[in-house]
Amino acid sequence: MANEVSETDFGTSPDDVQFRFRDDEVADHAQVTVDSFLEQTNAVAVRIEPGDDARDLLPFLDRLQLVEVNFPVFGDGRGYSSARVLREAGYTGELRAVGDIGIDQLAYLRRCGFDAFAPEAALDEEDAQAAFARWDNVYQHAADARRPIPELRHE
Amino acid sequence: MYKYDSYDQAMVDTRVEEFRDQTRRRLEGKLSEEQFRPLRLMNGLYLQLHAYMLRVAIPYGTLNSAQMHALADIAEKYDRGYGHFTTRQNIQYNWIKLEEAPDLLADLAKVEMHAIQTSGNCIRNISSDHFAGVAADELIDPRPYAELLRQWSSFHPEFSFLPRKFKIAVIAAEKDRAAMKLHDIGIQIVERNGEIGAAFYVGGGMGRTPMIAPCIREFVPLDQLVTYAEACLRVYNRYGRRDTKYKARIKILVHELGAEEYTRQVEEEFTHLLEQGVEPPLAELERIKPYFADPAFETGLPTEIDRSDPDFALWVDTNTHPHKAPGYVSAVISLKPVGGIPGDASTEQMHLMAELSKEYSFDESRVTHTQNIVLPHVKIADLHALWTRLDAAGLGSPNLDTIEDIIACPGLDYCSLANARSIPIAQQISERFAKKGRTQELGELKLKISGCINACGHHHAGHIGILGVDKKGVENYQLLLGGSEAEDTALAKITGRGFDEEGIVNAVETVTDIYLDQREEGERFLDTYRRIGMEPFKEALYGE
Ligand code: HEM
Ligand code: SF4
Repeated sequence: MANEVSETDFGTSPDDVQFRFRDDEVADHAQVTVDSFLEQTNAVAVRIEPGDDARDLLPFLDRLQLVEVNFPVFGDGRGYSSARVLREAGYTGELRAVGDIGIDQLAYLRRCGFDAFAPEAALDEEDAQAAFARWDNVYQHAADARRPIPELRHE
Repeated sequence: MYKYDSYDQAMVDTRVEEFRDQTRRRLEGKLSEEQFRPLRLMNGLYLQLHAYMLRVAIPYGTLNSAQMHALADIAEKYDRGYGHFTTRQNIQYNWIKLEEAPDLLADLAKVEMHAIQTSGNCIRNISSDHFAGVAADELIDPRPYAELLRQWSSFHPEFSFLPRKFKIAVIAAEKDRAAMKLHDIGIQIVERNGEIGAAFYVGGGMGRTPMIAPCIREFVPLDQLVTYAEACLRVYNRYGRRDTKYKARIKILVHELGAEEYTRQVEEEFTHLLEQGVEPPLAELERIKPYFADPAFETGLPTEIDRSDPDFALWVDTNTHPHKAPGYVSAVISLKPVGGIPGDASTEQMHLMAELSKEYSFDESRVTHTQNIVLPHVKIADLHALWTRLDAAGLGSPNLDTIEDIIACPGLDYCSLANARSIPIAQQISERFAKKGRTQELGELKLKISGCINACGHHHAGHIGILGVDKKGVENYQLLLGGSEAEDTALAKITGRGFDEEGIVNAVETVTDIYLDQREEGERFLDTYRRIGMEPFKEALYGE
């Protein structure tokens, strides 16, 4: 098999999730790569790497329960677009950001539709909560429901 | 001028708080330098050879006098009494202490200014025509569109970790005073069948692989402007190269995919995004527009100028620009005194420019991409008084668009990436030509110097360009000819082998001699070069 990683070892487990903004049960499914997902009709969880095209998943959103988006280095921002593309297409399941995630990415990630965070190195709780709460308002539309300033001005 | 409302002010105040917090975490060791770097960069803070450099955003280059005074105070309080106006209409300070940076940003926020996204791999400060709203040749004032895009791009959650920096310029005249086609996205506001819209040029840039942006869409309706920009960025974020930063700019993507394929993908994404409703309401544009309305110009003003003082007459001829309102002109303050550092202004000079803008120009000034300052609305009748005060402060150089009006990057005097010094070359060239009294005779001649291939000094776009290279550890300079960043955008070509410091100054003189010798009636240096080609210049330089 091309995919040497055993499926139970692949991706993060519920224990790795440090912040979560959902009320449902934490999804606990073995993730597979996008390539394997497209071949396996029973997979419900997938992990997106920066080079993957999230649009490949759009025909299968119904059966997806967990999408994990990996950020091997935080400076590679492709995962932000992947997340928004999924949310724009109506994906409502868990969207988990994993990997090299720092305090200062949290607000941006959240706006792009991530609702679970499994940072490689656990983040300072207080600093993280401050970061999530920092921006009272935003200037532009994204994947969250926040109404941007240019709209609020013309209520 | 645009004024913040409580929302804008809160955004900037929050940013100051956030940066204070980031700095604290850095100083406490919770952030490594590697983690802190992109954060400070997104706040315009670079680590240079000797200290931190801070770049402050001047959106579309427009300032009021309180802001100019504040920039002067910052130079005094946090720097060594100087600021450096840049080619993207911003200002930089070269001697900043990290611990003091949050206080500096707080001082800026008090006058509705910031350093947000002036650096880093994000959408940078948006630049525009420095004669916006004034020039007789423009369709409409481009700045409301730039302001709309400023807001959209500020803290954009999807586009804050792009493959590379991203620069946008917006103009609204056929004459390009903002090097629009040398930006990642150049937008020209245009009219079609009585309707206003935007032409998009995507994939221009300088750096080591200079490219002129192709037009990928001739008309985007105004109520889809932001959506189209979003589509351009998303395709770039998805496919822009991340394997090497030298190939990460959007120009490489557009080049490698081909403009046609890139455009196809943008259009596909655009169609999708139109359904997502990401566009700000048109009412927002209407809200912004009145901030840029004309000030209350007087009518019936004299339009005659007393030219009896020849020094004054010369300054009027070189440093003023026609204004759409009768009896007014735009006056350009040269920050290129002979032998000076291009773009530098002292605390005192900034205070003076602020006062003069208040007294003579409806409280407004502009930064040009050629590193000078414009007082956009000056009564012709006030010109002499204005010039007298400028001249007394060393700000009256009559050399706009001449060989003395040099763009030069910081070079080896400040920059850790430099191969060679830029500033001393600029100083020597302006001194040489001023001493010979040749400056006026040469007329319009745009000379631009970069200390390395990154091209911060726009050498690719100079009528004459100079590029610092490293030749076995010795500073060496290549000469380029024939570039332009105006509407006839062109990339300059290298003449041949390089020169040492003295040699490059001589070489510049040699090529100007050829021009003087060969020019025909009314030709600028660039026109003569275009007519006669490289050969005669090469022959004079290398005797080949
Ligand atoms: C001294 C610190 C500076 C450093 C380390 C620096 C670094 C760089 C680098 C690496 C590039 C190439 C980017 C690329 O091609 O992807 C670049 C381009 C550029 N820089 Fe700087 N720069 C500095 C100062 C300045 C200053 C003072 C200005 C303005 C006067 C400036 C304006 C520009 C411009 C206009 C470009 C070309 C943009 C383009 O490629 O389209 N830089 N800089
Ligand atoms: S062109 Fe090179 S030397 Fe000049 S400022 Fe840019 S990076 Fe530094």
